[in-house]
Amino acid sequence: MTQDLLEVDGLKAYYQMNYFGVEREVRAVDDITMTIRKNEIYGIAGESSSGKTSLIRVLAAAIRPPMRIVAGSVKYDFKNGPMDVATASEAQIESVRWKHLSYIMQGSMSVLNPVRRIGKTFEDFAKRPLGLSGEAYRARVLNHLERLKLPASLLNAYPHELSGGMRQRVTIGLATVCHPEFVIADEPTTALDVVVQKEVLGLIREIQQDMGSSVVFVTHDMSVHANMADRVGIIYAGRLVEEGPTRQMFYAPKHPYTAHLVASLPRIGDTAQRPALEGRPPSLANPPSGCRFHPRCPLAIDKCKTEVPPLNNVANDHRSACWRWEDVKPLVAPQQPVMA
Amino acid sequence: MTTLLDVRNVSKRFTMGGLLSRRSVEAVQDASLSLSSERPEIFTIIGESGSGKTTLARMILGLERPSGGEISFRGKMVSQRVSRQERLEFMANVQPVFQNPFEAFNPLKEIDRYLESTAKRFLKLHRQDDIDGAMDGALQKVGLSLAEVKGRYPHEMSGGQLQRAAIARALIPNPPLLVADEPVSMVDASLRMSIVNLLRSLRDDFGVSVVYITHDLATAYYISNRLIIMQRGRIVEMGDARTVLDNPEHPYSRLLKASVLSTEDAGAGKLMTDPGMAALASERMERPGSLQSRPDGRLVRVCEEAR
Repeated sequence: MTQDLLEVDGLKAYYQMNYFGVEREVRAVDDITMTIRKNEIYGIAGESSSGKTSLIRVLAAAIRPPMRIVAGSVKYDFKNGPMDVATASEAQIESVRWKHLSYIMQGSMSVLNPVRRIGKTFEDFAKRPLGLSGEAYRARVLNHLERLKLPASLLNAYPHELSGGMRQRVTIGLATVCHPEFVIADEPTTALDVVVQKEVLGLIREIQQDMGSSVVFVTHDMSVHANMADRVGIIYAGRLVEEGPTRQMFYAPKHPYTAHLVASLPRIGDTAQRPALEGRPPSLANPPSGCRFHPRCPLAIDKCKTEVPPLNNVANDHRSACWRWEDVKPLVAPQQPVMA
Repeated sequence: MTTLLDVRNVSKRFTMGGLLSRRSVEAVQDASLSLSSERPEIFTIIGESGSGKTTLARMILGLERPSGGEISFRGKMVSQRVSRQERLEFMANVQPVFQNPFEAFNPLKEIDRYLESTAKRFLKLHRQDDIDGAMDGALQKVGLSLAEVKGRYPHEMSGGQLQRAAIARALIPNPPLLVADEPVSMVDASLRMSIVNLLRSLRDDFGVSVVYITHDLATAYYISNRLIIMQRGRIVEMGDARTVLDNPEHPYSRLLKASVLSTEDAGAGKLMTDPGMAALASERMERPGSLQSRPDGRLVRVCEEAR
C-alpha cells in the first residue's frame, strides 16, 4: 500500500447529455482499473478519441459536466492524507492542487496569459499554494528556475518573446515549482521539433527523479514512451487493454493493438513496408460489442465479438485484455542499436 | 531528361518593422533543387520550425514571390505574374496538401462540396456524372470511395481519413506534383503510417512526385528518394535519403539524427544529447560557407575556414 500513490478501481466516467429530450451517453472511460506507484513515470498511449484525455481529467480532479463519474473510485494517497476524487469536496481538491497534484499542459501558448509577464503568472500559480511571501517566495522561484536551467530575467518577459521550447519549459516550471507528488503531463512535446522535444523530455525526467514524484505521461507517440516511461498503459476505446513494463510492451506485447502500434513505428536504417491499421477508431457513443478492438483485429475469433476480455495478469507485472494473448507475436525483434 | 520543377538559387527575405526600426530575416538563402519529370520521386525537405522549409514550399506553390533566384515548372517561371488562365493551369499541376486536415476543410460544409468545387474549377466539368466520376476516381486512389464520403462533415471522420480525403482533393486534377507540408504531424501515430504508405503508393503506382516537408526523420527515411536538410534558411546537406541519413556529415544533420527517439533501448530512459554536438551545429550556422559535393553524390555545406 505504501508503494502506490494512486489507485483507480473500476472507474467509469461518462458524458451524459440531454438535448431536446434525446439522451446521449458517451462512455469515455469505461471500467478502468490501474495503480500508479510512487516515483515512476507511467505512460498512457492511445489514439485521439480513445478517452485518454477524459481519463486524465478525472485523475486531475477536473471533472466538469456533462462528464460525470458513474462508478468506481480514484484514490490518492498524498502526504497530507488520502483523497478520493469521486467523493472529494471542492475545498479538499483545492488544498491538494499544485501542491500535491499538478498538471503540465499541452499548447503552451494558450496556457500562459499573453498579457501578463511570466513572473506574474508564477505569482498567480504558486504564491498561494506555496504559502510564502516576499523574499522567501522569490528565492524559491529563482532556485527552481535555476534548476530548470532558465535565466532569472525570464520572469520579466512576455510569452510571445519566448520560443516554443522555452514556453514549454516555463509551463513545466509552473507545474513543478510546488514540488508536487503527482504530475500529469498531457502531450507536453507534441508541437515541438525533434531537438527541442528531446531536451524537454530530458528535463521532465530529470525533475521527476529529483523530486521523486510520480508522473503520468500522456501521448500517442510510442517512441516518446519508449524513452520516457517506466511502465506503459494502452487505452483503446475507453478501456485499458494492456499494461506492462516499457521494454516488455515493446518487445513482448500481449495485445494485438500494442503489437501493431509498435510495428508501425518507422525507424532510421529500416525501409521495410510498415503495416497500417485498417478501419477507424470506434465511436465511444456506440462502441462495438465484446472486445472493442475486434473489428480491426487480425486475430479476432467469434468469442471476441460477444464476450469482453478481462484485464488479466499474463506475465510478471504485465496485464492484457485479450482472449488470444498467447498468440500475439511481437512484430519487431529487438535489434542492436543502429545508432552508435 | 526534362525537368518537372527547377528551383535555382532561390532566396527569400522578409522585412519587418517600419521606417526607423527595419529588420530583415533571410527565410531562405540560395536554395537550389530540381525534380525530373521522367522519374517520379518523393523529395523531402527536413528542418525545424524557422528553418525556412514552409517558405520554400510556399514559393514552389507560387504563393510567395522569391526575392532572388527563380523557380520554374516545366520550363515556365512560377514566380512571374501571369494571367488568370495560366495561373489556373499551374494550380492544376501543382497541388498542396496541408498540415491540419481539420483546418483545410470547412467544418460547416460537406466534404464532397470541397472536392466538387475542385473538380469543377480545374477539370472544367459541368455534368454531375462526370464530377462524381472524377471525385470517385481520386478517392479510390487514397483508399476511400465517394459513397463513404458523400454528405459527411469533417467532424464525422477521423483525422487519418480526413487527411486522405484532403490528398484525394489534391489528386482530382491529376497533378504530376504534390507539395505536402507536414501532412502527418497532426495525425495520430497509429494512422500516420496509412498516410505515409499512401504517399509511397502515389509515387509507385500513379507516378506522382511529392515534395514532402517534415521534421520527422524516421518517416523521411522510410519514404523519400532524396532529401535536403535545412538550417535557418540554408541547405546544409542534400543527397540520397539513405546515404545522408545513414551517415550524416554536417553537424546539424548529426544533431537531428541523434535527437530522434529510438525504440531500440526502450525502457532504458536515455535522453541525453551531447551538448558539444548542439554547440557545434549552432556555431557552424553563423559562418559563411558553400555546398561541396562528396564522392557518394551528396552535397554538404562546408565552412570556408574549416577547409
